[in-house]
Amino acid sequence: MGRKNWLILLGAAIFIAAFPWLVAQFKAISHYVDVMVFAGIFSLVCLGLSLLMGYAGQISLAQAAFFGIGAYASGILTTKFGFNSLVAMAAGMTISGAIAWLVGVPSLRLKGHYLAMATMGFGVIVNIVLAEEVNWTGGPSGMADIPPFRIGTFTIDGEIAWYYAVWAVVFCALIFCFHILHSRVGRALRAIHEEERAAESMGVPTARYKVRIFVLSAVFAALAGSLYAHYVACVNPSSFNLMWSIRFMLMVMVGGMHSLWGAIVGTVLMTFVGNEWLQVFAELEILVYGAILLIVALFLPGGIVSLVPGRIFRRKAPEATLAEGAGS
Amino acid sequence: MTGPAATAPILDIRDVLMRFGGVTALQEIDYAVPGGVIQAIIGPNGAGKTTLFNCISGRTAPTSGTISFEGLEIQGLAPHRIAELGISRTFQHVALFKRMSVLENVMLGRHPRTRCGFLAAGFRVGGMRAEERRIREKALDYLDFVGLAETAGRESGTLPVGKQKILEIARALATEPRLLLLDEPAGGLNMRETEELGELVQEIRKLGITVMLVEHDMNLIMDISDRILVLHYGKVLASGTPAEIKENSAVIEAYLGMDDGERPAAQKPGPGY
Ligand SMILES: Nc1ncnc2c1ncn2[C@@H]1O[C@H](COP(=O)(O)OP(=O)(O)OP(=O)(O)O)[C@@H](O)[C@H]1O
Ligand SMILES: [Mg+2]
Repeated sequence: MGRKNWLILLGAAIFIAAFPWLVAQFKAISHYVDVMVFAGIFSLVCLGLSLLMGYAGQISLAQAAFFGIGAYASGILTTKFGFNSLVAMAAGMTISGAIAWLVGVPSLRLKGHYLAMATMGFGVIVNIVLAEEVNWTGGPSGMADIPPFRIGTFTIDGEIAWYYAVWAVVFCALIFCFHILHSRVGRALRAIHEEERAAESMGVPTARYKVRIFVLSAVFAALAGSLYAHYVACVNPSSFNLMWSIRFMLMVMVGGMHSLWGAIVGTVLMTFVGNEWLQVFAELEILVYGAILLIVALFLPGGIVSLVPGRIFRRKAPEATLAEGAGS
Repeated sequence: MTGPAATAPILDIRDVLMRFGGVTALQEIDYAVPGGVIQAIIGPNGAGKTTLFNCISGRTAPTSGTISFEGLEIQGLAPHRIAELGISRTFQHVALFKRMSVLENVMLGRHPRTRCGFLAAGFRVGGMRAEERRIREKALDYLDFVGLAETAGRESGTLPVGKQKILEIARALATEPRLLLLDEPAGGLNMRETEELGELVQEIRKLGITVMLVEHDMNLIMDISDRILVLHYGKVLASGTPAEIKENSAVIEAYLGMDDGERPAAQKPGPGY
């Protein structure tokens, strides 16, 4: 990644580091740290989804299902089988990735929006399984008493610890994604996005790349799900339904789906909107989301980051490639 | 220009038929391209030239017939497989990655000759940095070869059309093809640029790369090609050396027209597809 992104990253890291202290100064908003833990967890889902939407040009309506697979894998493996939290997390990510591959291969071979349809069906199935397999999942009321996240003798305990742990993971994931974008693989993804037939003729296996991006997005969602399960300690199927998949999509679109920063900005904003500022609408929430989606699609297709002047949040400007030199 | 001694064909097209619904774009195409030549393909608009390239490069699978590249049947393979095997192409209508830099376009051309995958890229491991450096150096070499080195950092969409056409050639060369398909590379080029293009194509042939060239510019064709294949309504009308084609009565009647080697008015580059 270029110097520009490292600088933004540094700025963002300083803000994230200082945030708990800042909100602690105001009693009314001190619980914002808790909201930010969720925002961080959702950001992981949205980073993967942003790559999928922004580069592979595909929509997935199963991100909440993959999120759920990660959450329940952690929940079931740690409570019923006494797995180590890290191992359970890795297992959830692997299962999620494998399933995404199975769903992705047939639907991404075909041109068009078959993935959206396939993932919508798959998401519904996952939700039914979570609600029906009462012995394993606890059914509609879910499972409780998921143990805290433990690495060796160290336990992530308390809001502040969770806050820093989650955001550290988010920053690592962000750097991982930037590295992918600024590499042979990333060039191929951008090429697919710009001129698919030329990319194919220059040797890019476009279908395979789309499948891999989809698998990556599912792995990210499962990672987030695992963190979520350990943080809230009890999960139930309603957190992993189609509505949540749509919310994740909306977060990416609001922030700007052609920018990884956009995914994070959009997620944080929409998490606050959903958790804090929209509670008054209660039942009407879905209408408000619909309206936001419409407004973004019609008037702000580049998302919030497109409002920032200059090219700060855009993809790497072509001029930068030379100056950056090899590697970087 | 005299053709080199006949060598084993690098590309062997056997009885290729291509139908789009009711339209027969190619039929009974039987032709072998010898290795190491500049093979021109001419014919009026809609003759099936681009369609033939699409069949060779995997964009479309012929309805029937076989296409062998160095003895291996390739019809119906995916375009990226064919690129890996050593066939590359340019497009009649410029198909650059417009918002990527000139250099990045050529770097993308290195794709089939490099390895780094998602995990190596994400974690920066497995010789990823060294490979990235080699990709960059090679790409700069190819830009140098076609004479676009000074524009390396520019957004490719901002280049004048003539240079975009040349950049497409550099990008195709970066895949290290043994067979290069150029679809109307002189379209949109002025006279001086066309001359330079002719020299470039001959340079490419000297590298041992067989070039197939679809062009409407008859001066360029007669100047640089070793063999000419004339397509007419999707069929082979004639084939031979430039001298033979000039003398061929069927070609003169159907295509070349009266004014000896000049392009007839009806042969303006059409919309193609
Ligand atoms: N994908 C397609 N679907 C339907 N018809 C097609 C398709 N591609 C080509 N054709 C038809 O096949 C015929 C040959 O077209 P092609 O583009 O190969 O001609 P060309 O020789 O390249 O002409 P030009 O000099 O205008 O580029 C035309 O009648 C065209 O309309
Ligand atoms: Mg054509």
